[in-house]
Amino acid sequence: MNEIDIKFLEDSFKKYYFNHFDLISSPGRTSEREFGYQKFNSSFFNRHISLKDDKELHLLFMQNIPSDVYCSNAYYAFPNSPMNEKDWKEADLIFDIDAKDLNLSCRKNHTVSICNQCNEISKNTNQCVKCNSTKLEKKSLPCKTCIEASKIEVLKLSNVLTDDLGINKEDIHIYFSGNEGFHVYVYNSQFQQLGSKERSELVDYIMFHGAIPETFGMKKFKPNRSSFPDFDQKGWNGRFSKQVFGSKSKRSKIISELLSNGYSSFQKTLDDVSEQIGVKIDPNVTMDIHRIFRLPGSINSKSGLTKSLCIDVIKFEPYTDACFLNDDSVEVLANCPVEFKLKNKKFGPYKNQKISIPTDAAAYRIGKKLATIA
Amino acid sequence: MLVLGQDEKAKYPFLADAGEYLKDKGFSLVQFGSDPVLKLSVEKALHRIKVAAAGEVYKSDIDKDGQASKDYVLEREVFSFLLAIVLIKLTGMSTLIKRFALAEARRAENYLEKDLGNASNKSKIDLATRIIYDLFNIEIIKENDFFVIPVSDYLKHSVTFHEREWKLINRHVENGKVFLTPDKTVRLIRKELGNYISSKIINAPKPSMIPGLENIVNELILISKKLTPTYTITTGEYPPCIKHAIDILEKGENLPHSGRFMLATFLLSRGQTVQQIAPLFKNAPDYNPRVTLYQLNHLAGTSGSSTKYACPSCEKLKTQDLCFITKECDNIINPSQFGKKRK
Repeated sequence: MNEIDIKFLEDSFKKYYFNHFDLISSPGRTSEREFGYQKFNSSFFNRHISLKDDKELHLLFMQNIPSDVYCSNAYYAFPNSPMNEKDWKEADLIFDIDAKDLNLSCRKNHTVSICNQCNEISKNTNQCVKCNSTKLEKKSLPCKTCIEASKIEVLKLSNVLTDDLGINKEDIHIYFSGNEGFHVYVYNSQFQQLGSKERSELVDYIMFHGAIPETFGMKKFKPNRSSFPDFDQKGWNGRFSKQVFGSKSKRSKIISELLSNGYSSFQKTLDDVSEQIGVKIDPNVTMDIHRIFRLPGSINSKSGLTKSLCIDVIKFEPYTDACFLNDDSVEVLANCPVEFKLKNKKFGPYKNQKISIPTDAAAYRIGKKLATIA
Repeated sequence: MLVLGQDEKAKYPFLADAGEYLKDKGFSLVQFGSDPVLKLSVEKALHRIKVAAAGEVYKSDIDKDGQASKDYVLEREVFSFLLAIVLIKLTGMSTLIKRFALAEARRAENYLEKDLGNASNKSKIDLATRIIYDLFNIEIIKENDFFVIPVSDYLKHSVTFHEREWKLINRHVENGKVFLTPDKTVRLIRKELGNYISSKIINAPKPSMIPGLENIVNELILISKKLTPTYTITTGEYPPCIKHAIDILEKGENLPHSGRFMLATFLLSRGQTVQQIAPLFKNAPDYNPRVTLYQLNHLAGTSGSSTKYACPSCEKLKTQDLCFITKECDNIINPSQFGKKRK
């Protein structure tokens, strides 16, 4: 990124941070968490920082004008010590739902590639159209379908968390990640002290991974129809029934089919069902008990959008509600073969065009390396 | 502290205080080496260890409810257990400790299961749940025909099981609780029960040799030596998950961070050096030689915290979509075991 772009982003971010301290706070027990940040155009990751309270956190923003700020889900006795000396106490349970993991067919329409060799930008994501290199950096500009699909996963997750895992609704906080998805935080649960292995099991449960036919009524020997699940059952049995049987009237006929297809075929059915009813979370994120996550209220430098709390996730419109940079016009040289919408206004596509756009839209483009200040 | 009756001590002898018990009954250890009547208990102890060493569960002279026709039968159950510990301590063989503890845990499991499943006798259920709570701090509550425990407690114990039926997805889960039958409840704590018994053995003071028991101790040492595997052979072939990861990199496609971690830790475990592994990543879309070397050195423990990272388990790789299991995997639980055979 060139210096003019950095100056522009730093100025815009600084203004936001100065005016929105009310949105920026650590997720509680500040002094026990690890913080980290990055600055523009620096690959150095400042980690292992401990802060006393939100005042110190705000000071960190003003002194460093970071591009990205992070905070651990874990609580430590010594957050500023090296990792193996921190003395891990517990960690909030966090889930990451990202549109890129949902295998949506719309993605090819709004993903562009930047060639690492010659910087050519195009919609071809397999190889560079100019120099044929396969070393491409892909950038996606998520559409409404991506966001809506992510929201459905968030709702599926909330349902499993409350109904199956007994988590209070008030202890579940949903945040727009600032880019392509949502982060779901769970506080004060019975899972706080679980290690990575146990969390990985929890992940498999939530994703509907590893189910065996017997659990859903199909025995290897002498299977019988009375053991199949029904609609009013709690947990995955009930969800399985709704997905596989569809309606009560079809249940009996479908059970007959399942029985005649046999045990191995039933396993295949379970694998297919997993794809449909399992919650699509990123397993690596939930398993990691030492990770630092983007701080709520901070800006995601990849988009210029704020990681924002969603009080009502269904109504939440990320490209309006998480857009806090100002509307002042700036002139940019844009090169982006796909269009995108911000605050209900359409932008692009542009082919090396000099255009005047609002600061928020410019930050979004520049963050994605698809524009520079003219 | 649990107060136990004689029948309960016979069922769960590991709960009895060895020294106290012998003193109460008016015996000393030395007597077991010479007294012909007490020798019966010694023979029983030897039998108890031999059965355990063979991987089986010793069949008691007491019935499933912990009852026996004569009081001395109950006494001998406890004596033989306590003596078995003394004999194992005298051998100093850790293989025997492990096998004996596991077999005794499985024996106790049968009684715990019976007590938990005893719908008509509330006091038996209470005793079993108290034992589980006192020893392992797991609160079990009876709900109709099931026992329910918090999901977090279930996970802490079940993660060590490799059978798929123990995965949380294969349990009835509701409102933060897992529903278990009596046999599954007890099976869940088998390992901890085994650990509890083995820690009791390990922490017991080593007695001096009891005259008259030397031959038995020597016989047990011989049995134990035969149980220890001597060496393994490796075919040298890579498991399918590793082949797949190498394949992805060779094609210049993006291998996720977790895949790179698996590949690097696997190759390090096979004795390859950082310099040998680094070139594998040169086709990655975001290849940076400096970063690659830094990360490999970190994994190898030659920089940073000096922690040497191990290859993730097959279970973890399954969750990360990195497992491509084939028949050749042969029930291994970690890729680094692929192709290794015990001889």
